[in-house]
Amino acid sequence: MSLIVNGTEVAPPADPRVSLLDHLREGLHLPGTKKGCNQGACGACTVLVDGDRILSCLALAVQYDGRRITTIEGLADDDALHPLQTAFIEHDGFQCGYCTPGQICSAIGMAAEARRGVPSVLTGDLSADITLTREEIQERMSGNLCRCGAHNGIINAIRATVAAEVAA
Amino acid sequence: MSIVDSAKQAAQGLVMGALQKLVPLAPDSWIPGGKPDPLIARKHGLIGKPVSRLDGTLKVTGAAPFAAEFRFDTMVYASLAYSTIARGRIVAIDTQAAESAPGVVLVMTHRNAPRMATPPVFGTSVHAIGPADLPIFQDDRIHWNGQPIACVLAETQEQADHAAALLDISYAPEPSITDLAAAKAKGLEQGLFMGQPLRNSIGDAEGALANAEYRVDQRYRTPRHNHNPIEPHAATLAWEGDTLILHDASQMVTQQAQSMADVFGLKTEQVRLTSPYVGGGFGSKGLWDHQVIAAAASRLAGRPVRIALSREGVYRTVGGRALTEQRVAIGARADGTFEALIHTGLSVITPHNNMPEPFILGTRSAYAAPNLLLQVEIARMNMLANTFMRAPGEAVGTFALESAIDELAVDLGLDPVELRIRNEPEKDPTSGLTFSSRHIVKAWRDGATRFGWDERPAVPGARTEGEWQIGMGCATGTYPYYRMPGAEARITLLRDGDNVRAKVEVAAAEMGMGTSTTTAIVAAERLGLPIDWIEVGYGDSAIPGAIMAGGSQQTAAIGGAVIAAHGELVAALLKLAGNDSPLAGLSANEVGSDEGGLAKLDDPSRRESYASILTRARRDSVSVTKAGSMPLEFMHWSMHSHSALFCEVRVNQVTGEVRVSRFLGSFDCGRILNPKTATSQFRGGIIMGLGMALMEETQFDERNGRIMNPSLAEYHIPVHLDVPEIDVIWTDIPDPHTPMGAHGIGEIGITGVAAAVANAIYNATGKRIRDLPITLDRLL
Repeated sequence: MSLIVNGTEVAPPADPRVSLLDHLREGLHLPGTKKGCNQGACGACTVLVDGDRILSCLALAVQYDGRRITTIEGLADDDALHPLQTAFIEHDGFQCGYCTPGQICSAIGMAAEARRGVPSVLTGDLSADITLTREEIQERMSGNLCRCGAHNGIINAIRATVAAEVAA
Repeated sequence: MSIVDSAKQAAQGLVMGALQKLVPLAPDSWIPGGKPDPLIARKHGLIGKPVSRLDGTLKVTGAAPFAAEFRFDTMVYASLAYSTIARGRIVAIDTQAAESAPGVVLVMTHRNAPRMATPPVFGTSVHAIGPADLPIFQDDRIHWNGQPIACVLAETQEQADHAAALLDISYAPEPSITDLAAAKAKGLEQGLFMGQPLRNSIGDAEGALANAEYRVDQRYRTPRHNHNPIEPHAATLAWEGDTLILHDASQMVTQQAQSMADVFGLKTEQVRLTSPYVGGGFGSKGLWDHQVIAAAASRLAGRPVRIALSREGVYRTVGGRALTEQRVAIGARADGTFEALIHTGLSVITPHNNMPEPFILGTRSAYAAPNLLLQVEIARMNMLANTFMRAPGEAVGTFALESAIDELAVDLGLDPVELRIRNEPEKDPTSGLTFSSRHIVKAWRDGATRFGWDERPAVPGARTEGEWQIGMGCATGTYPYYRMPGAEARITLLRDGDNVRAKVEVAAAEMGMGTSTTTAIVAAERLGLPIDWIEVGYGDSAIPGAIMAGGSQQTAAIGGAVIAAHGELVAALLKLAGNDSPLAGLSANEVGSDEGGLAKLDDPSRRESYASILTRARRDSVSVTKAGSMPLEFMHWSMHSHSALFCEVRVNQVTGEVRVSRFLGSFDCGRILNPKTATSQFRGGIIMGLGMALMEETQFDERNGRIMNPSLAEYHIPVHLDVPEIDVIWTDIPDPHTPMGAHGIGEIGITGVAAAVANAIYNATGKRIRDLPITLDRLL
């Protein structure tokens, strides 16, 4: 049994109670994934599992046998940042930086959902391709809380990068 | 509060009182800022250019280490148990099951905790930052519902949490006051802030109100609030012999280290506290019980400890903003000018702290009125100690004041912008001091034009689109300029080949305000070096001096200290330069920094580079440390930031839902140092203000004093879809009397916002809501 975290096979925790979040942070020493509420309310712990965004605080690590997990530490390609990471800096899409890894992972997963045609509550025509308007992005990112108030910069960074190809 | 602490506060108040009498009379030139900072005149450097955060890459890659992410070998994890009664005694704690649970290393209660001093309560000394005058784990007393009463250490967090759930605790409850009406019935006390009474009375305000041609007289209420930084409070710590190494989340690094030293009876240098990254604070990231408990447990167990509070743990043990009940009454003439301004009311505190939410602070300098009465009284409740939260006082005080002004404008049939401008004071209305820099009228005019204020319907409820009613509102925000004493800066020049690098160290905190980046910008300009050659050190108690990220004063405090240290550096370099330098014979005040070296101020051709000076003196480095000047400027001038806020809302007539569709903040905050990070600070404050206006409330069960919504699922803060694109502009007029011409900008953003929203809701619907938050039930 193993998990694949940022391309590397790792062992699951011995204790089945350990959440994926705690396994990443405490077991694998990958603290880039953040704990904000530990109850699925803030989105700071968002990671990608086979490209889907999940809340790692609500996931038990042992459930993810054989799954490919990407954390904020695995997004940059060698020395080059992921374009969304660069855009977050350029658009000042954060202040304290604590919700940032979750926002970035969530946005990448969100754009993939839109490309696959997954609707949101704001989507009018369920048969048409999804268009990521500003409001659609805001709705789809509303599970990622930010208390410093970097919302405008976050949405602008997403629009400039991962949402661009599914944008109006 | 003990009698000793009350006496200390009174003594402090006397000293402050004496200074406040003498400093205004001194000549300008005796006062720091009497001679403008030379950087104000430099227009072509980095100051005022948008600079991306220097720690940006670390933050977007998850590589910036926060407090709960440091590690020690053999570290164990802490879990806390919290009381479920508001007041009384612990009769028994059965720890047997917990102690025999797998992985448990220690169960600590008041029975086995080491003896510790009570943390000195905030305001009783320069370094004192204790939340309340209460011992921690020293007796069986319960003072609030949620007080930590047991700590479990275990090899893993899961084991610690499980064992904490096995504790069997029984209580002997005692009568408590958890009901506001009961607290008020016990009598009100005069509120004290920094040792001084929160009361101003000029003329006969009640009499003038009674005789005024126009008057409003209304009550406004604001609930409890919690800061809710996304990073929960945490610390990772270890004892190395008798030295405590503490990685904490702190916005007051030096003070927190000193308070820990006080608690454990250590010398200052026996506590080393680092806090390089803080995941938001807003006033909450200070000393609370958890750091003390974890350090005590670590000592007892002989193991390093990580304590990471759960979100519920933050609500139980980290205080928030207290509720207020405010009266604002304004008496006016037909032309709108005020005859009387009354802003009074109450807030609540505990029997063991002294932080009355000072909601009259902003009113003291806001408007001209010949008759003024301002007062904050307090009632005491058995609850977690309340504390500073972003713009303590102004955030909620401006809601009442600026709502009342809007109500008066309606009665007078005057445009609310015009009404405010007509009451613009020439001097500070309560202190009588000259304003150092006040351009609020420009902020109003610029903002009104940009927002399209003239399109606002004068009559409420006049504009609808389908189910939605649309309205516009405005309000003034205000926050003072402060600079606290104690700041020092250490500047070290290091030779690097033919170049010289500079390290600038300040005991400051960075919670995302952009302080480290702005400090580098200012230091680069001050030293005449490229920003890439500047390294900023901060967030470490080993750095000299004490600086607090509070009161929006950190940038000014750092600025003042760097000015002083730079002066010292110039003198040291001139000494090293000696008689063979083109600068020979010049004194420090004839010389400044410019393009990598020193130059004579009025003859820049007489110059020598830092590298050349160090090389000739056979030195690899030179280092100086100096404290900033005594911060007397804000007792000599009335120094404030201002904003003119404009809001457009859409209110659904069927559901009562409020959507903020547009928002503009027009700010007058001195010179803006880094427009990029400043924009984020302004927006961040405004967004927290939107939350305060529409959704935020810490719900307190008046039957038992328990917070009922201790989670981010039940305490609502604005999410992405709640936040429109927020426009911000600023006057960018330097204050001639502050370092860099700048004002702090961390708190002004939230002030006035709730009133701007409430006033827009009135304009949209004709409904005046005087209780926050304006949830949809209040509009149906």
